[in-house]
Amino acid sequence: MGIALQSVVALDTLLSDRRVWRGQPAAALPAPKQPTGHAALDAVLPWGGWPEASLTELLLPADGIGELRLLLPTLARLTQAGHDIAIVAPPYLPYPDGWRQAGVDFAHVQLIDANPRDALWASEQCLRAGCLSAVLSWPMQADDRALRRLQVAADTGGTMGFVFRDARAERNPSPAALRIAIDGAPTRLRVVKCRGAVAPTHSLPFPAAPSAAA
Amino acid sequence: MSWACILLPRLALDGVLRRHPHPERPLVLVTGPAQKRVLAAVNPAAERVGLRAGQALAAAHALVSEFATVEYDVDEVTRWRDFLAAWAYRYSSQVTTAFEDAIVLEIGASLRLFGPWPRFERQLHEDLDALGFSHRIALAPNPRAAWVLAGMHDGLALAQPSTLATALNRVPVSQARLDAKTARALHAMGLRRLGQLFVAPRASLAQRFGMGLLQHLDRMRGDAPDPFDLYRPPDRFDLRLELPYDIEHSQALLFPMRRAIADLGAFLAGRDGGVQRFVLHLEHEGHPNTEIAVGMLSAEREPSLLFDLARGRLEQARIPAPVRGLRLVAEELPPFVPAGRELFDERSSQSMPWSTLRERLRARLGDDAVYALAPADDHRPEQAWRRTSLPVATKSPVEAAPRPTWLLQRPIPLRDGGSRIVAGPERVESGWWDGGDVRRDYYVLETGSGQRAWAYRGVGEIDTPFMLHGWFA
Repeated sequence: MGIALQSVVALDTLLSDRRVWRGQPAAALPAPKQPTGHAALDAVLPWGGWPEASLTELLLPADGIGELRLLLPTLARLTQAGHDIAIVAPPYLPYPDGWRQAGVDFAHVQLIDANPRDALWASEQCLRAGCLSAVLSWPMQADDRALRRLQVAADTGGTMGFVFRDARAERNPSPAALRIAIDGAPTRLRVVKCRGAVAPTHSLPFPAAPSAAA
Repeated sequence: MSWACILLPRLALDGVLRRHPHPERPLVLVTGPAQKRVLAAVNPAAERVGLRAGQALAAAHALVSEFATVEYDVDEVTRWRDFLAAWAYRYSSQVTTAFEDAIVLEIGASLRLFGPWPRFERQLHEDLDALGFSHRIALAPNPRAAWVLAGMHDGLALAQPSTLATALNRVPVSQARLDAKTARALHAMGLRRLGQLFVAPRASLAQRFGMGLLQHLDRMRGDAPDPFDLYRPPDRFDLRLELPYDIEHSQALLFPMRRAIADLGAFLAGRDGGVQRFVLHLEHEGHPNTEIAVGMLSAEREPSLLFDLARGRLEQARIPAPVRGLRLVAEELPPFVPAGRELFDERSSQSMPWSTLRERLRARLGDDAVYALAPADDHRPEQAWRRTSLPVATKSPVEAAPRPTWLLQRPIPLRDGGSRIVAGPERVESGWWDGGDVRRDYYVLETGSGQRAWAYRGVGEIDTPFMLHGWFA
């Protein structure tokens, strides 16, 4: 009885939290704060979208597999709302025309050049500052400690951090709140880890939009 | 009109002490020719051990074995007074350094903003204490009276002409800012107080002491106009600090640098302006100066931010020899517009503004490290964008044909047997006028591993390998 009294939680908040499994689909869910823009993905994530103020790790077998296609709806939504995003040491040049076709407003995209050593520092600064809404980075030799620093910085600054890593890193544990692996040929999304909920067992189809090939 | 006089009785000494590492030890300023060195000023510690201004240096050495000596520098005093005038300029547009050892400013027009006077006065005291200058403040209806009263007592505030007359009547002739000869003569004549002087026959006073004395008295009472030059802030900031000993480590340079930048901040606040670029000159013995430039993309004036940036640059710089002096020069002083913020800002108050973060990143990663991309009006992928240091809003239409999101720095041959063409070709043919001629057919390919590639072949080529130029990531 003592335990029950100590942990008084409003039932509504508990029930509206998607992390509680109720055996049947919830009737009305609150609008997610950071929808991914991909309905199928939103449906399986406990937050109904990206985790706020946390690190999201994207595991790629190769560059150009669709990692940006996954993020572009979010980035377009953020930049159009006037929030700044930062891209720290990208592996290629972001081609403005391609991003603008997806609706990203380049007036709110900040790019940062850095060598691999400084890139981690720069990512951490960007995440911690709190003035950016999302930070994209490519930590190459990031170990568990470096990622944990980024996760803490994202939490402190209230910023969404997206880190892109090689698919081989999937075996290693990671402090990221959400880990999504993108599998190639045909491209599918696989949620490896989502904090606070059991990761879905099945992967989601993620075909390239036909418009990109039109 | 109300005039406040800030009397700086120890300006030369304070100028030295404020950047001295041990101001609590005995220190004296010396002046005079080499044969007859005398103490020009002594700090409180030196005074406690028995040193006095006006003593011969030889006598001082006989009294006390150990004290620091610094050469008294007239230019230095002028510099500090100009610096304080620049500081005072933030409180009033009418500031003058025409009165000896003092800054005089008109505060009647500033009272609504900074007043009432007791609060204003407290603010002035706080500022001067923070800057490290001992001072006395007095308020009077005219500048000359304020100057005389400040010499008498700290904190006198006489707003009404009638009270001023009473107060001036009681001022001893010896403290009335008359030249020494006149004061002595008047004293010998039995005139001890200004009140006696005011009622003395004017004609005979003028006969004995010249018009200068009468003019001084009339101006003090506000009966005659008192013309003087008002201070005008300079358009550049130049501060030089001579270090008491050679410094070899950049860590030890931080202390004088922090002071110099705090002074720059005070100067900028007085101008209500900002600084975009400033240069730290580190002076060495027998070496050319090391110059450390600190440049920002937009004007800033917050001293802590400027210090942070300068520290970032200083830590990166190589210092070839011990540093003897530090000079801070700021030439570009654009107007400063503080960033507008929303009243109900949803972001937490601890969040660092982007401009601050950007400068911090630039300080460590290099001036060009933070940039933005803007689309350019060109069909060639290599020229379809340009780097800008600040983001620009573009209204140019978006390309209709598919464009990748990643672009390779330079095209490479696509080594993938299993790729198939998804779309294309799209001909890009341009640049014949500037030598960067491009004639290509671009295709969208899907590789065997599921990537979408943007690759091209030269126009008319059939069996050549595709050149990979981007990814539809």
